[in-house]
Amino acid sequence: MPRSPVAHFDIEYLQILDPEGKVDAALDPKLGKDELLALYRGLVWGREADERMLKLQRQGRLGTFSPSVGQEAVSVGPSYCMGKTDWFVGAFRELGGRLMRGHRFRDILLFWNGREEGSAIDPALRTLCDSIIVGAQVPHAVGLAYAQKLRGEQAATVCWFGDGATSQGDFHEGLNFAAVWQAPVVFICQNNQWAISVPRKLQTRSQSLAQKAIAYGMPGIQVDGNDVLAMVVATREALARAKRGEGPTLIEAVTYRMGVHTTADDPTRYRDEAAAQAEWAAKDPILRLRRYLEAKKLWDEKREEALREELRAQIAEEVKAFEADTTFALDAPFEYVFGTEHAAITEQRAEFLALIARDAEREREEAGRG
Amino acid sequence: MIQAINLALTEMMGEDDSVLVMGEDVGVNGGVFRATEGLHARFGEARVLDTPVAESAIVGTGIGMAMAGLRPVCEIQFCGFSYLTMAQLEGHASRVRNRSQGKLTVPMVVRVPYGGGVRALEHHSESREASFAHFPGLKVVIPSTPRNARALLRSAIADPDTVLFMEPKHSYRAWREEVPEAPEQLPIGKAELVREGTDITLIAWGAMRRPAEQAAALLGEQRGATVELIDLLTIAPLDVETIAASVQKTGRCVVVQEAPRSFGVSSELVTVINDRALMYLEAPVARVTGFDVVTPGFSREKAYLPTAGRIADALAATLDF
Repeated sequence: MPRSPVAHFDIEYLQILDPEGKVDAALDPKLGKDELLALYRGLVWGREADERMLKLQRQGRLGTFSPSVGQEAVSVGPSYCMGKTDWFVGAFRELGGRLMRGHRFRDILLFWNGREEGSAIDPALRTLCDSIIVGAQVPHAVGLAYAQKLRGEQAATVCWFGDGATSQGDFHEGLNFAAVWQAPVVFICQNNQWAISVPRKLQTRSQSLAQKAIAYGMPGIQVDGNDVLAMVVATREALARAKRGEGPTLIEAVTYRMGVHTTADDPTRYRDEAAAQAEWAAKDPILRLRRYLEAKKLWDEKREEALREELRAQIAEEVKAFEADTTFALDAPFEYVFGTEHAAITEQRAEFLALIARDAEREREEAGRG
Repeated sequence: MIQAINLALTEMMGEDDSVLVMGEDVGVNGGVFRATEGLHARFGEARVLDTPVAESAIVGTGIGMAMAGLRPVCEIQFCGFSYLTMAQLEGHASRVRNRSQGKLTVPMVVRVPYGGGVRALEHHSESREASFAHFPGLKVVIPSTPRNARALLRSAIADPDTVLFMEPKHSYRAWREEVPEAPEQLPIGKAELVREGTDITLIAWGAMRRPAEQAAALLGEQRGATVELIDLLTIAPLDVETIAASVQKTGRCVVVQEAPRSFGVSSELVTVINDRALMYLEAPVARVTGFDVVTPGFSREKAYLPTAGRIADALAATLDF
């Protein structure tokens, strides 16, 4: 036969917890009470922290940042499944996951306030700094995972990126390398439907983003990204596969960017907010887990209030610590150019300090005259 | 030189388990220039990685490995393909130290054969050291002889930062030099005073060192003038002290670069001399360079590349100024 099919592929969609808070009994991972409550706490922690950041930004107390409201489950679920020696490689919308990972909120605030000090994470935490360049972190994650494999560690790397990143060369190059090397890495695409103003349908003609895995020879699965139980199950399966030496997995987490791309963006210019908000608010990851917990008699209004109060108090304390951090060496960038000393850098550092001292003196003089 | 590079790789991989080499054709084939010959058989496919053809990912995954504590040596086959690595080098490799305030670093070497003179295809003969030297935090090293290639590559692999190691491929098999038995290292960031002189300073690097040496000898024979020859070895960070001290002594200077004339390393050298030695100058600093054109195919490359004759002319004109 001159023409015959060479291969057939299927892409699975996974949802366990529906928007009404009902769990599919056949797929239920049967998490214990403490596990469920920890996940719920992680989601609310991410939401509360995010909302606080937005207020701080609008008050001019924080720089531009990328909110993750509505997308908390995509990073909280996988982060909860990760071991301490697994590498966490995020983009810039994994706030809930980072907090669950043990990244201090005050440091996250410092980072988004333009202070590199916020990224000075203890290497023992095995968490990379946010990657602002879209998709560039994908090969980094593959390199980290390869190092884990080479050393025979029982560990893997989890790497997040957005739907826009799947258009980047680094995404394709990285996935290809990971598959060829059978590197222990889990790729999680936060498909939030929008790459700033460009909708998913203008990003790719692929029916799903998960199917891009097929071309590289790795499993791909589409998951309800607002369903934290589905995210836990898909990540656990992928991490187990990676740690068994069976290579990478691509998880497409279908979610929605409820807010702005960054605080410098105005989505009303390019999308119908009211319709989208209504549709996706009904699928909210926090709401549906709460409904489930309430049905199981694990949660009620009183506990909700207590949790919110506790988290808000903690957030307020972290904000206070962040704003009280006035140790601000302007010449710090000179410290981290090279790991070795070089005369030109030393000299330029001295020149830089002398110049800012002189500018400050001029300002004082002018103020005195005024 | 190619054997010296192979020796340095063999030595470093033998001494340190965290060193690995990766790139296109570096495994069974031993590299297109044979720099990695024998490594695959000796150290195995886990540490001698034949990668898919994707330069950004070669460097990008190298960054990940280096952040995890390995010491990857990436090979990019030709300078013309290295632009695909620029986003990863500028956006990440050179910045991770600052981004993480020293908590994470990228001790990685990216080897790039560069330059003309071997009758290669388009995109195979460029000299683009200046493009990379402009990235803060990236070290750019260019050996010029077998002995310093081995010593500098050892240092580059041991260095705490990302080093772009640009190898003048015209020098790979152009001549021989004894390389001592005992392993040597040369400091990165330090130029070499190749020969001392009192009348004029001549600065060159990479493949231009040979014609510079010939021109210096020629000038000595013809005019009895002594030339002080400096080989930069490291382009970034630049050894300003050695350059300034020499020009302050001789009062005259000629810079030789294979790359296009404008916005190159020679322009930076003239500025450094302007800053540090203007009042010592007896003549303007002269440059012998390539031209601001697309690097020509091999029928014209001989006409394009600076020669000993052109360098000697510039030395004579600067002495006569």
